Amino acid sequence: MKNRSLVSINDFTKEEIIKILDLAESFEKNPRQNILNGKVIASLFFEPSTRTRLSFESAVQQLGGSIIGFASAATSSVQKGETLKDTILTVSNYSDLIVMRHHVDGSARYASEVASVPIINAGDGANQHPTQCLLDLYSIRKTQGTLDNLDIAFVGDLKYGRTVHSLTIALTMFNTRFHLVSPPELKLPSAVKRHIKEANLQYEQYTDFMDVMPKCDIIYMTRIQRERFPDPLDYEKVKNAYILQNQMLTGSKDKLKVLHPLPRVNEITTDVDSNPKAYYFEQALNGVYVRQALVASILGLA
Amino acid sequence: MSNKRKELIVSAIENGTVIDHIPAESVFQVIRILGLDKTDKQVYFGINLESKKFGTKGIIKISEKYFENVEVNKIALVAPSATMIEIRDFEVVSKNNVKIPETIEKIVKCFNPNCITNHEQVETKFRVFYDENNDLKLACRYCEKNTSRANVVFL
Ligand SMILES: [Zn+2]
Repeated sequence: MKNRSLVSINDFTKEEIIKILDLAESFEKNPRQNILNGKVIASLFFEPSTRTRLSFESAVQQLGGSIIGFASAATSSVQKGETLKDTILTVSNYSDLIVMRHHVDGSARYASEVASVPIINAGDGANQHPTQCLLDLYSIRKTQGTLDNLDIAFVGDLKYGRTVHSLTIALTMFNTRFHLVSPPELKLPSAVKRHIKEANLQYEQYTDFMDVMPKCDIIYMTRIQRERFPDPLDYEKVKNAYILQNQMLTGSKDKLKVLHPLPRVNEITTDVDSNPKAYYFEQALNGVYVRQALVASILGLA
Repeated sequence: MSNKRKELIVSAIENGTVIDHIPAESVFQVIRILGLDKTDKQVYFGINLESKKFGTKGIIKISEKYFENVEVNKIALVAPSATMIEIRDFEVVSKNNVKIPETIEKIVKCFNPNCITNHEQVETKFRVFYDENNDLKLACRYCEKNTSRANVVFL
């Protein structure tokens, strides 16, 4: 994918995704190499996201590349009213590749049209976060040995969760059976379900978390936020129903793994952390290898 | 009323384009989409005219101007029933129905307020598709959200 921007997971075929995951696997075996020596990567976080930014910056620096950029719009010229276009055109002059996160939907696609260097989208508003999606796929494949024919449960806020939408759409390429667990107010949007139907795959919707426990290979947890409910009473009714506690995992499949995009608040109790089925911290580490694979292949170095 | 008298409701043109069978309520939108409010050519229009097919209809005649298909198809969103008639020397040279294009650029606003096209000077671009109920939807190239026909706002 030399010189190609990574804006949306929807731009990629199954074969291209698998190629990136295979490359990430080789970086996991050998994460410190000097292949980015002399390369300058711009890291433009118009919207702060410490976790994603550090993952990218660690990925680049472990490969010997250098980083320029900013961690929030407050410390950049954006605060003085500079347009996104002007910032991107300027930074294109100073770097070989731009990693950007921005609160406006579609900002990454637009940046990729104006920039003279490739863009990696590290999150554009409520729209896409393709590197998260790829690291989720990587984590699923690594723990299950395959991406094909799995039973995957998504739990919590399926309506607003951007990571859930992207991952669901990506998984429709792999013959997944979807188990969708959420309060009725936060069901998966019909636009996303349409992708499942178009791929001729099955989904089931549940309100009771325990109904999916014995069936799943992966449980993908998300947080239910209070502000999603216009009526605070509705939030009070569901807030404890979608919290994963250690004893709930009794009776689940041996190979089950629990994933979460992090940061976690209270939706997984800390007693789950020491259960070998908990995988969310390793999942985050996998993000470094996936980002190394992306940067290296876009720069034509792997 | 004789046929001759009816023809005179909107003047005949020597050379140019007649857009017929426009839904009466869409005439002003069609004028705006085709930029006829800014042209220096002679433009005639009629609304609430009798139509055998639709009850009432609108019609627009533009002197000394012909349109490319791409231009014409822009009006398909508001006037899918319209016919484009090319006139040369008072004669009908060709007659074409408008077709809804596969992509729509510049003329429609993305309904998502947090879309980049509503934040910076970015021309909108949509892919046209039909959902499972066969309703027309516009998929934004930027924010990837779908604008339905009911939410279409012209720029
Ligand atoms: Zn949009």
